[in-house]
Amino acid sequence: MNVIETSGLGKSYGSTWALRDCTLAIPEGHMVALVGPNGAGKTTLLNLAVGLNAPTAGSITVLGKCAAGSPAALDGIAFVAQDMPLYKTLSAADMLHLTRNLNRRFDRGYAEARLGELGIPLKRKAGTMSGGQQAQLALTLALARRPRLLVLDEPMATLDPLARHDFMATVMAAMVDDGVSVLLSSHVLTELERVADYLVLVSRGRVQVAGEVDDLLAHHRMLTGPTAEANLYTEQLNVVHARQGEAQAHLLIRTNGAADPVPPGWEAQPVGLEELTLAYLREPGAAALPGPARRADTKIVGVAK
Amino acid sequence: MTTLAAPAHQQQATSLPPVPWRRMVWVAWRQHRLLLAGVAVTFGAVALYLFAMGLQIHDAYATVAACRPATSSACRQVGDNFFGTYQPSVSITEGILQLLPALIGAFAGAPILAREFESGTFRFAWTQGFGRTRWVIGKLAPLAIILAGASVLIGLLFSWYYQPLISAGDTNGALFPTVFDLSGVALAGWTLAAFAIGALAGTLIRRVVPAMFATLAVWSGLAILTGTYLRAHYLPPLITTSLNEPHPAWVLSQLWTFSGKPASLDKINQALAPIDARADSFQIFSPGPKTPANVDPFKYLTQHGYTLLTTYQPDSRFWTFQWIEGSWLLGLSLALLAATVWLVRRRNT
Repeated sequence: MNVIETSGLGKSYGSTWALRDCTLAIPEGHMVALVGPNGAGKTTLLNLAVGLNAPTAGSITVLGKCAAGSPAALDGIAFVAQDMPLYKTLSAADMLHLTRNLNRRFDRGYAEARLGELGIPLKRKAGTMSGGQQAQLALTLALARRPRLLVLDEPMATLDPLARHDFMATVMAAMVDDGVSVLLSSHVLTELERVADYLVLVSRGRVQVAGEVDDLLAHHRMLTGPTAEANLYTEQLNVVHARQGEAQAHLLIRTNGAADPVPPGWEAQPVGLEELTLAYLREPGAAALPGPARRADTKIVGVAK
Repeated sequence: MTTLAAPAHQQQATSLPPVPWRRMVWVAWRQHRLLLAGVAVTFGAVALYLFAMGLQIHDAYATVAACRPATSSACRQVGDNFFGTYQPSVSITEGILQLLPALIGAFAGAPILAREFESGTFRFAWTQGFGRTRWVIGKLAPLAIILAGASVLIGLLFSWYYQPLISAGDTNGALFPTVFDLSGVALAGWTLAAFAIGALAGTLIRRVVPAMFATLAVWSGLAILTGTYLRAHYLPPLITTSLNEPHPAWVLSQLWTFSGKPASLDKINQALAPIDARADSFQIFSPGPKTPANVDPFKYLTQHGYTLLTTYQPDSRFWTFQWIEGSWLLGLSLALLAATVWLVRRRNT
């Protein structure tokens, strides 16, 4: 089952496209990192997925073939919006009761136990909690709904490092214990690098990269060799980003796997997720999407000196 | 594979029982109980005041009504005393109560959705399993019903409270603009309209304070337009040429005519010159030093070819007008509330 499936999805505000030509199929069971610079269209994509926005073009379905925003979709997806909106004048207990009343399922025991572990008093008003406590309360409310998909929009933007750690620990526990799929957005990749196993990279309203992290890493290499030869290979290889120094050039290339030949005199190294992401962000024209890669069948035909 | 999976999921989707409505009642109550308390205190205080003062006024009027013979100067004195005692406080009450629907619109209608938008909590509420369309209906409908019900009671109470003044000979009657809109079902119509204007303004503007001001402006505009123009045309006004003004009645205009044409103030003054009287307006004449004591300028003018045209709505039309005003305000309110629900349903963030 795909937790999110889009086809030619687009959303425009007036004449500007916040997101366009977005085609994705994200399978269930992943921790999906939705990464991109500010204003890239991350929030737009999430709002479309949770049914807050309606698409201008294309289509989006969630949790199998449910229309985004339909009763079944609302029932199975828990969303924590940016800045953790909570009713500030309500106590934690009231927020629990309110969320329970607005949903078909609500695991009250889980919610109360979690807040107890976190040391958040049930009588405390949401407005008087620290940022970390508000984030934990919002997350607890979302998880107590026993969703199949948890969607988090920039959940860690306002949290200090310790609160981030605690927050992610809760999310990971829910994934492991309940098999919840998680989709979370961030403009900082570093905080997701260790935990995310699926990457969606959006930039300037377009999806640039989408795929399982292991696959992406297996299909990208950093080639290092003499700058003088670099231009020869940029034509033949699927170069995502080239960084040329005086003597040495670094080419981040997309390959068909580890078996791809390496030009003589060049050295191939595996890339890290951050390196890969930055390379794509620097080259808005490049893309790594499911389906045939550009010039995937290119073979190295030799080095002409 | 999707062709096989799709029907199963659709079946699951349609067989999902929705979250029951009664659960939303708790949510609405918990979120708006302060507002409801404010409404209860305000309406309660108004009701208590109208009831207490009403008893007093009815008591005092009993003396006026019991006075015999009714046309004697002693009885007229009793009647004048009654008006002198109660008219000022009734006028002040009338003035203050004009604000009641406007306050409901600004403090109950405008913030109810604008606060959700302003604080971003709509993103929380709209992504819960209850569904946003049912959520907005669950928020608006109970409050609208409570406000309409409470203001019907206040309107009827006000009619009862005001009745002795009309019985005692208040010439303006119950159709007078600042009395009519507080009476009967009109008050409920205006309160509901204010609430609906506020809810829609809050949804369109999405900020509490600007929505409150917009609500006050739109509601006041509508109320003034209705009081000064619209209401006078619910039924064609009656016209009389009698010098004895119809009463109680809502007099819309008075005009002197001479051989079928409206007479100007100058022309009337010329006509009044022989008796040395002056017309300050079409209804107010001041006698001069040489004006004979037994000459009434009104009668003098009619004897000299002038006709006084009085356009008015008789007090007997009170309930007809109440139902007309109540109906169109109810229709307008329902349309505005429906527009609010529709906006929430299709609104993009």
